[in-house]
Amino acid sequence: MHDANVSRSADSFVPLTASAVLVNPVGLHARPSVKLTQLAKSFAAKIEIALDADGPWTDAKSPVKVMRVKAPQGATLHFRVTGADGETALATLLALVHDGFGET
Amino acid sequence: MAEILLTGRAASPGLAIGPVTLLTTAVAARTQTGDPAQEKAALQAAIGDATAELAELVTTVAGEAADILEFQVAMLGDDALAEGAYDAIEAGIPADHAWRAALEAEIADYRASDDEHFRARSADLVDIRDRVLSHLNGLDQAATITGGAIVACDDISPSAFLAADWTRGGGLALAAGSPSSHVAMLARARGAPMVVGLGPLSWGGRTPNVALVDGDAGTVILDPEPETRRRFEQRMAEATAARAAAEAGRSKPAFTADGQRITVLLNIAAPEDLAGLDPAICDGIGLVRTEFLFEASHGLPDESAQCEAYRRILAWADGRPVTIRTLDAGGDKPIAGLTIDNESNPFLGVRGIRLSLARPEVFRVQLRALARAAVHGALKVMLPMVAVPAELDAAAARLDAEVAALQAQGIACARPPLGIMVEIPAAALRAEQFAAAFYSIGSNDLTQYTMAAGRDIGAVADLNDTGNPAVLALIAGTVEAGRARGVEVSLCGDAAADPRLTTALLATGLTTFSVAPVAVAQLKATLAKVPR
Repeated sequence: MHDANVSRSADSFVPLTASAVLVNPVGLHARPSVKLTQLAKSFAAKIEIALDADGPWTDAKSPVKVMRVKAPQGATLHFRVTGADGETALATLLALVHDGFGET
Repeated sequence: MAEILLTGRAASPGLAIGPVTLLTTAVAARTQTGDPAQEKAALQAAIGDATAELAELVTTVAGEAADILEFQVAMLGDDALAEGAYDAIEAGIPADHAWRAALEAEIADYRASDDEHFRARSADLVDIRDRVLSHLNGLDQAATITGGAIVACDDISPSAFLAADWTRGGGLALAAGSPSSHVAMLARARGAPMVVGLGPLSWGGRTPNVALVDGDAGTVILDPEPETRRRFEQRMAEATAARAAAEAGRSKPAFTADGQRITVLLNIAAPEDLAGLDPAICDGIGLVRTEFLFEASHGLPDESAQCEAYRRILAWADGRPVTIRTLDAGGDKPIAGLTIDNESNPFLGVRGIRLSLARPEVFRVQLRALARAAVHGALKVMLPMVAVPAELDAAAARLDAEVAALQAQGIACARPPLGIMVEIPAAALRAEQFAAAFYSIGSNDLTQYTMAAGRDIGAVADLNDTGNPAVLALIAGTVEAGRARGVEVSLCGDAAADPRLTTALLATGLTTFSVAPVAVAQLKATLAKVPR
């Protein structure tokens, strides 16, 4: 038998969820999408976003898919994070959104 | 091999000879392998090449331009973008078709967005699409139009045309296109001979090396025989000599044969059009198109960028009057993120002043930039596509409000005179009802709206005739209204530069002509031969 703790896949973690309002002036458009996906890709966890708490969920590591969400300013962005570094990922991503993606 | 003579329609006058550059985004340019595995590899390689090219471009720019390119790099680097294309290739679709279809779907999705910022990003996807296609086809549109080349393709976009250097000669041979298209206007302005409507450019499997473009006769000869080439070169030499003779009179004021002084103004699309030109060739600038400011920047140009562009033109004019037209988007000049897509008939839709009044946040920035620039010279502002006096009144009120706001902020500004383009028959028929500081007749649109014959539809091109008595009557009526109200009337359409119409236009009472810089010499030479 293998050690479950070592080979645990993302599926075996409980998903963490949280949400934040998009405060930057133009919503989740080109530059914010790039920043979000770059940050998401720096984590091993599976990271998804949605405009509704019930989904549909979109891979936050794909700029093409994130752009397809077309999240406007004022929208509530929901995160669902699953993986070993999920907690850190979620906190960092929420900080990015709260910070308006560095755009003011 | 025998030479091939193709007959089309003249779109920009002059003669050009040069090596052929094929610009083809069509499938025919590419040899399809018919093998899904090879097609997939070709697309992967093209995406890789395009990404590498973009990554290199990023290092040469800074700020917003770099952000935009980084966005494109991120999108190209995402497998999700090409997913649909790879699926289609698997099903036997050639790589270029598959890529185009996948990107078209993505672009359509962006364009359908309610959010202006997402709509504007569709331009980035178009760039991405074309960059990959050009690698797939082994061609780089912008890079391969070297100076002096004859560009052969179905049609060419204004941006691709503008990216090339036309100062070293060269010409265009288009399978499709129209003499009234935007690119044709640009070609005439840059002096690049162009023939359109040549029909399918087939050369029996061999690529032509050299082409002769006769922009006067509307013909193109591929791989000419030595004798054909010699005679063509002789005609070019004669034309050059005739042009030199006309150029000699270019800097002198224009007079008709019987001594009537005619005011000759310039039409320009950007400050760069004035590079190397002596202001002495004209009495001012009659039309500055501002659409290109909006197309060049990804997104809308800010107030200071616009103001700086206007100020540079005023500085060149050195005290001569400069008439700047507010944004004339819509119709055949869509601007991503600004104009309304999918209107059933864009020429009868929200374009010109209609769009500006509907988009006050965009109009406001332009009015502020114009008012600020007005302190630097004799600036006049003209509104396109005005149909009723209420539109002029509404624009005047907004201009007054922006001038007041600038003054309240302590920013240097002046209230420029506000005039209208007369290009809708309704405005021409009631010109005296408008409280305009001047009238500028836009003969291209006035002709198409009077004759109900589209500028871009080759089949009705014969009806699209400014020399038609009905159009000339509207021009004469506008000139009369200007005289009655004591305001200037000019004409800034293509007709102003057409020697066949000079006599008829003078007969309407018109004394101010606005033409592309390249047409000034010929216009003055023509005027000198015509009595009023």
